[in-house]
Amino acid sequence: MQKILQTTALVALTLAPAMAMAQDVRDWPAIKDAAQGQTVFWHAWGGDPRINAFIASVGSDLQARYGVTLEHVRLADTADAVTRVIAERQAGRDTGGAVDAIWINGANFASMKEQDLLFGPFAEDLPNWPLVDTEANPAVLVDFTLPVEGFGSPWAMFQMVFEYDSARLPEPPRSLDALRAWIADNPGRFTYPQPPDFLGTSFLKQVLYGVLDDTSVLMGPIEDIDYDAVTAPLWTFLDEITPNLWRQGRAFPANEPALAQLLADGEIDIGFAFNPGRASAAIADGELPATVRTFVFEEGTLANSSYLSIPSNAANIEGALLLANLILDPEIQARAQDPSVLGFQTVLGMDRLDAEDRARFDALELGIATLAPDEMGTGLLEPHPSWMTRIAEDWTARFGTGQ
Amino acid sequence: MARAGLWAALTLLALPVLAGLAGVLGPAFGYLPALGRSTVSLDPWQAVLAWPGLGAAMRLSVVTGILSTAISMALTLLIVAAWQGTRSFQWITRALAPSLSLPHAAAAFGLAFLIAPSGWIARAFSPWATGWELPPDLLIVNDPWGLALVAGLVVKEVPFLLLMVLAALPQSDSLRGQMVARSLGYGRVMGWMKAVAPRVYAQIRLPVYAVLAYSMSVVDVALILGPTRPPTLAVQILEWMNHPDLGMRFQAAAAALLQLGLVLGVLALWIAGERLVARWGVGWAAGGARGIAADTVLRPLGAGAALGIGLAVGLGLAGLLVWSFAGLWQFPALWPDSFSLRVWSGQSAALQRRLWETALIALGATGIALALSIAALQAGARGASAALIYLPLIVPQIAFLPGLATFALILGVDGTRWAVMAAHLVFVLPYVYLALADPWHAWDRRAGLVAAGLGAGPARVLWAVRLPMLTRALCVAFAVGFATSVAQYLPTLLIGAGRVSTVTTEAVALAASSNRRLIGVWAVMQMALPMAVFAMALMLPALLFRRRQGMQIG
Repeated sequence: MQKILQTTALVALTLAPAMAMAQDVRDWPAIKDAAQGQTVFWHAWGGDPRINAFIASVGSDLQARYGVTLEHVRLADTADAVTRVIAERQAGRDTGGAVDAIWINGANFASMKEQDLLFGPFAEDLPNWPLVDTEANPAVLVDFTLPVEGFGSPWAMFQMVFEYDSARLPEPPRSLDALRAWIADNPGRFTYPQPPDFLGTSFLKQVLYGVLDDTSVLMGPIEDIDYDAVTAPLWTFLDEITPNLWRQGRAFPANEPALAQLLADGEIDIGFAFNPGRASAAIADGELPATVRTFVFEEGTLANSSYLSIPSNAANIEGALLLANLILDPEIQARAQDPSVLGFQTVLGMDRLDAEDRARFDALELGIATLAPDEMGTGLLEPHPSWMTRIAEDWTARFGTGQ
Repeated sequence: MARAGLWAALTLLALPVLAGLAGVLGPAFGYLPALGRSTVSLDPWQAVLAWPGLGAAMRLSVVTGILSTAISMALTLLIVAAWQGTRSFQWITRALAPSLSLPHAAAAFGLAFLIAPSGWIARAFSPWATGWELPPDLLIVNDPWGLALVAGLVVKEVPFLLLMVLAALPQSDSLRGQMVARSLGYGRVMGWMKAVAPRVYAQIRLPVYAVLAYSMSVVDVALILGPTRPPTLAVQILEWMNHPDLGMRFQAAAAALLQLGLVLGVLALWIAGERLVARWGVGWAAGGARGIAADTVLRPLGAGAALGIGLAVGLGLAGLLVWSFAGLWQFPALWPDSFSLRVWSGQSAALQRRLWETALIALGATGIALALSIAALQAGARGASAALIYLPLIVPQIAFLPGLATFALILGVDGTRWAVMAAHLVFVLPYVYLALADPWHAWDRRAGLVAAGLGAGPARVLWAVRLPMLTRALCVAFAVGFATSVAQYLPTLLIGAGRVSTVTTEAVALAASSNRRLIGVWAVMQMALPMAVFAMALMLPALLFRRRQGMQIG
C-alpha cells in the first residue's frame, strides 16, 4: 500500500510538469481545449474610448470563436499592471496571477523581461505568426533597442505624427528647427503632455533626435555616457521654448487625450500622437473638424510597436495565447486599421495574405487626415529604455515643480 | 442591545481611523514587514523633504483650505443674514439643496467647463464682445494659486454649510433675536450678525472644522481643478501611493502624517482665529453701529452669491449634459454643430456594470449605517460620543486611508466589494447619523408615552410608533448616506486596489483625459444616481402616507 501511494505520488509529480506543458504553443488544439471557459484579464491602457470599444469587439470575437471571455482591465498607466505582477511574485504567487495579458512596450517590457516575469517565448509559434511581415518591418522584433525574442507578440505599429488644422495653419513647421522658430513666432499655441506621461516623454526623445549631433548614444544605456554634457542641448531647447508654450509653460496637459482636447478646442494649433490614424478617426467621430491634417518631421519621427505579453504567473495562459493569436487575425487587424475604428498600422504583410484577406485591407480608405505610407518619412528607432526614465525624472526636477 | 449598538457605531468610526493612522505611522518611519522592511529609519522623511515641490504643495494645501472655508463661511452667513424669514430665502434654500446630493467631482467638472478659456462663459461672449476667434491663452483651470480649486470647493461647501445653519437656527432663537435687533434700529444684516450669528456659529463649529479639514486635503476636486506643478500635497501623496515602485509607499506614509499635522495645525490656527474674532466682536457689537445703509449693498450681494453658486452648479451640469451628446463643437460656437448618441451607446455596457457596483456598495453601506445610527440614537448618544462621530470627517482621508489600505492588503481583502463597502461605511455613518439626529430628538415623546401607557414595551414603541412616524427622516437620511457613498473616491480607489470601479472612480480617472464627451456621460450618471434616490426618498413617504392625514406635510 505504502509503495502504491509512493508510486502514485511519483507519477503525479512527473505528470505535473507535463500538464503545464499543455501550454506548449506548438500544440494549438490542446491550447484551445484548455482555454475553454476561461476569462482572460487583459490589462491595457483605458484612456481612449475608441480603443476601449475595439478591445470590447475583440472580446466578442474571442467569445464567439473560442468560448473565452475577455475582461479589459482599464489602466491609467501600464506600470500599474507591472507593479501588480511584481507584488504577486513577492507574495510568492507563482501561478493564478491576476494579470493574464498586458498591452506593453518600452521600459515596462524591458523591466518585466529582465526580471523574468514573462511567459514565453511564444509569439513566433502562434499560428498567425507567418502572416507578420518581419522582413519589411524588422523593427517589430526589437522593442526600444531590446530584442523581443518571442516574449511579446507585436500587434500594431505606431509612428509619431503631428496634427494641425489646415484651416488655421496653412503651412506647418516640418522639422524641429522649424518648430522652434514657429513656437517663437506663435506664443501660446504649442505644448506637450507633462512628463512622465508616455507621449510627453516621447516628445523629449523626439527633441533629442533633433538636437544631438551624434544620435547613436540613444541606442545604448544612459549609464554609458556623460549624461549632463550629452543632454545639455535638450534642456537648452526646452528652456528656450517654455516661455512661449501654451500657458507660458505654467501648466501642461496630462496626457494624449488631454492634448487632443486642446487641439479640438482651438487652444493650440499643433498637437501630436503616436497613432497616425488618430486624427482621421477623431474627424469621423466629430471630435475634430474635417480640415485637420497630419505631418511628420523631415528628419523622421519616433516609431515603435505595441506588444501583447503574458506574465509567467498568469492564471489563464491558454486563453491569453488565443487572444494573442486572435489579434493577429487578418479580420481583426483590418478592423484596427480601419480609419473609422482606430487607424492603427497593421503588422501583417499584404503579400502573405490570401486574396480574401488582402481585399479587407484594400477596401480600407486611408482616412482623410492620414499620411500615405510613402509620406510617413523615416521611422526613428526608440532610444534605450533608460533614457525615458531618466529624462522624465530630470524634467520633473527642472520644470515639474517650478510654480 | 441599544447600548451595544452605540458602541458598535463608535468603534466602527474610531477604529478604522485609528488603525489607519497606525498603519501609516509604521511605514512613515520605514517599518513595513510585508514589504520586507523591518528597521526603523528616517529615510521616508528625508525623501519627502528632498522633493522639490514640498514647500509649494504645503502652501497650496494651507492657502486653498483656509481661503475656501473662510469664503464659504462668509457667503453662507451673508445669505442667511440678508434673507432669513423672507419668501426669497425659501426659494434660495430650495434651489441650493439639490446640489448637496451632487458629488464634488461632478460639480468640479461642470465648473471647469464653465470657466475654462474655451468654456461656456468665454463662448457666450465670443467673438462679438471679446473679439476672441480662438480661446485666449489664460491659465484659469489648474492655476498655480489654486483659485479654481477654491471656487470649486466654495460652490459645494456653501450649500452644505447653509443646511447646517438651517438646522441650527431653531435652537438659536434666531427670529426673536433678529426682531429685537431690528426694533432697536439695526439693519437686517447687521442685526443678524450681531444678535444671531454668534449663537449659530457656536452650533456649527464641528461642520466648519470638517469643511476646513476636507478642503485642505481633498483629492478628487484638486485633481480636476487644482494646480499640477506641483499639485497639492494630498494629490502628491496619492501619486506616491499609486507609484509602480512599492518603495514609494514609505514616502507617501510620511507625507500623509505631514498632511495630518498640517490639518491639525491649521485647525488650531482657526480656533485661535475664532477667539480673536470673538474678542473683537464683543467690542464691535457693543459699538452699536446700526448698519442700515449696509443692507442696500449686502442684501443684493447675498442674493448674488446664492444666484452665482446656483448658476455655476446648474450651468456646469447642463454643459456636461450637452457635451455628452455633442458632435463637433468648436470654439466659439455656443452649441454643438450636431448631436449624437455615440458616446452614450459606446459606454452603455460599462455604465451598467459600474452603476450596479456603485448602487450595491451604496445600498449596503447605507443600510448598515442607518441601522447603527438608529441603535446609537436609541441608546442616547450625546456630547463627547456625538463629537466622535466627526472623527472620520476631520482626520483627512488621505492621512489614514493609505494605512487602512495596507492593512487590507496584508489581510488579503483589498480589491473586494465588501472591503470597499466597509470603508464607505466609515464616511457614510457620520452623515446618516447627522441627518437623523435632529428629527430623532425633535420627535414628540408624548406619542411614545401614550404607546407605553397602552402596554407597549420600548422595542414595540420603537418599531411600531417612532420609526413609522420618522419614515420621512429615515428616507432622507438614507438618501444622504447613499449620496455620500456614491461620491467616495479615495476609499474606493485605495481599498478597492483599482479593481472595484464605481461611477465616481471612473469619472475621476477620466479627468486627466479632458475628454469632455466621456466625462459628461460619467458625471451625469454620477449625479443622476443620488438624485434618483433623493427623489424616491421624497416620494416614498408621500406614497405610504397618502391615506394618513396626520403624516402629510403642512
